[in-house]
Amino acid sequence: MATTNSRTLARLMLFPSVVLLLAWMLVPLCMTLYFSFLDYNLLTPGNNEFIGFLNYEFFLTDPAFITSFFNTLLLVGGVLLITLGGGIGLAILLDQAIWGRNYVRIMVLAPFFVMPTVSALVWKNMLMNPVNGLFAHFADWIGVTPIDFFAQIPLLSIIIIVSWQWLPFAALILLTSIQSLDREQLEAADLDGAGPFSKFYYIVLPHLGRAITAVILIETIFLLSIFAEILVTTSGGPGYESTNITYLIYTQSLLQFDVGGGSAGGIVAVIIANIVAIFLMRLIGKNLED
Amino acid sequence: MSINKSNKSKLIYTFLAWTISSLIFFPILWTLITSFKTEAEAISSSPSLFMFDWTLENYEEVLARSPYFNHFWNSIVISLGSSILGLLIAIPAAWSMAFVQTKRTKNLLMWMLSTKMLPPVGVLIPIYLLFRNFGLLDTKLGLVIVMTLINLPIMVWMLYTYFREIPSEVLEASRMDGASIGEEILYVLLPIALPGIASTLLLNVILAWNEAFWTLILTAADAAPLTAFIASYSSPEGLFYAKLSAASAMAIVPILILGWFSQKQLVRGLSFGAVK
Repeated sequence: MATTNSRTLARLMLFPSVVLLLAWMLVPLCMTLYFSFLDYNLLTPGNNEFIGFLNYEFFLTDPAFITSFFNTLLLVGGVLLITLGGGIGLAILLDQAIWGRNYVRIMVLAPFFVMPTVSALVWKNMLMNPVNGLFAHFADWIGVTPIDFFAQIPLLSIIIIVSWQWLPFAALILLTSIQSLDREQLEAADLDGAGPFSKFYYIVLPHLGRAITAVILIETIFLLSIFAEILVTTSGGPGYESTNITYLIYTQSLLQFDVGGGSAGGIVAVIIANIVAIFLMRLIGKNLED
Repeated sequence: MSINKSNKSKLIYTFLAWTISSLIFFPILWTLITSFKTEAEAISSSPSLFMFDWTLENYEEVLARSPYFNHFWNSIVISLGSSILGLLIAIPAAWSMAFVQTKRTKNLLMWMLSTKMLPPVGVLIPIYLLFRNFGLLDTKLGLVIVMTLINLPIMVWMLYTYFREIPSEVLEASRMDGASIGEEILYVLLPIALPGIASTLLLNVILAWNEAFWTLILTAADAAPLTAFIASYSSPEGLFYAKLSAASAMAIVPILILGWFSQKQLVRGLSFGAVK
C-alpha cells in the first residue's frame, strides 16, 4: 500500500521538472519550426505567407552558410585538438609527484571560471592588440612585425581564446580519470621493462578512452554554440571570416529581423547538434548501466 | 641513489608544471596587475610586472562612471535566484528518480539531458518574441526563468547521482517510524545530502554567472548582469585598458574563488557522471 502511495507521489514530484523542460523544449522548438516555413520579417509586417521550404533553400545555398559551416567545423575541431592534446599532457604532468601541486592545479583551472566576455576582451585588447598588446610589444622586442590577430587570422585568434578557456576543463576531466588508473598495472609494466611511450600507449591511453570521448562530446555541445567570444572580438568579420552558424543565425534573426530565415537556420543548427548528441547519449547511457 | 634520482625527476616535473601553469594563468594575473596601473602605464611598450606606481584610481573610476553595483546585483540575483529556484524544482524530481525507480527512469534521465543539448539558436526567435510579448525583455525575472530552465537538467542529474549514493534503508527506516514523505525528504534526506546539494548550488551559480548567450541577447541596460556589462567595453573610446582590467577583475574574482572550491563538482556536474 505504501508503495502505490509513494509511486503516485513520486510521479507528482517529477511533474514540475518534466512539464517545465517539456515546455522549454517543445513549445519554442515547434514555433521555430513553424516560423521557418513563413515569409516573416519583423521589418516588413505582412500576412506572413506560407512559403514551404524556401527559407531553407535560401539559408542552405547562401555562401555565408557554407563559410560559417566550415568555420564552425574549424572552430570546434581546432579547439578540440588543442584542448585534448594539451589536456592529456597536463593531466600526465599533474599526475606526477611535484611540489605545490595544489597551487599548480588552481592556476591551470582558473581560466574556466572567467566569463567569456572578459576572456575575449582581455585577449583581444591586452594581449593581441597589434599596437598596444603584449604580444605586439614582444614581437617588437625580438624584432619581428607584430601580427594583427583579428584582421589577419580572425578565426585562429578566436580558436586560441576559446582553447584557453576550455583547456582547464579537458585537463581536469582527464586528470580525474588518470588518477583512477590502477598503479599496480604500471608497476608491473615497469618490471617488464616497458618504456614511458609504450606505457602511455598501451596502458594510459586506453584507460583514458572514456574520458576523452566525454571531453570531445561535451566540448562539442558547448563549442557549437560559441557566441560571446565572436560578438565582442570580431563581430563575425572581416566579411564572414569568423562567423559560425550560431553567430550567423543571430545576425539574421536579431539584426536583420528575418524571422523566417533565422528559424530555418535554427532548425539546421538543431539537426547538426542532434548528430553529436546521439553519440554523447550513447556514451552516458552505457555508464548508467555500469 | 634511487632517492636522489626520483628527487631529480620531481624537480624537473615541478619546474615544468609551474612554468606551464604560470603561462596558462598569466592572462588573469596580467589583468589583475593592469587594473592597478595608470592608463599610460597599461599600454607602455616596456610593460612592468610589479615595478610601477600602484593605484586604485581605475576601480574608483569604474565605480563612479558606471552603475557597476547594479550589474553586480543583477548577476547575483540571476545566478543565485535561478539556482535556488532550480533546486526547489530539481530536488523532488531527483528524489523520485533515485528512490522510486521505474522502468522509465533511465529514459527520463536521458531525455532531460537531451534538452541540454538543444542549441540556443534553435529557440532564439520564439523566446525573444515571447519575452517581448510578455514584457520580460531586460528583466531579471525573465533571465532567472531562462537560467533555471537551462540548468535544470544539470541540477537534476547532479542531485540524482548524489542521492543514489545514499542507502535507501535509511529512508525506509524513517518511513517505518511513521514519517510522511515530506518529512522523510525534509528531515532525513536533506541533512544527509546537504554536501551534494550545496555542490549543486555552487556549480550552478558559477554556470549562471558566466552564461553569455541569453544574458547578452535578452538584456539591455536595466537587467544586464556583469557578462553584458563587460561586453560594453568592446567598442571603447580612448585609453581604457586599466579600466577594462579593473571592471574585469571585479567581475571574475568572486567566481574564481567559488570555482576553486568546486573543482570536484565540476567534473561530476559537467560530465553528467560519465567521469567519476
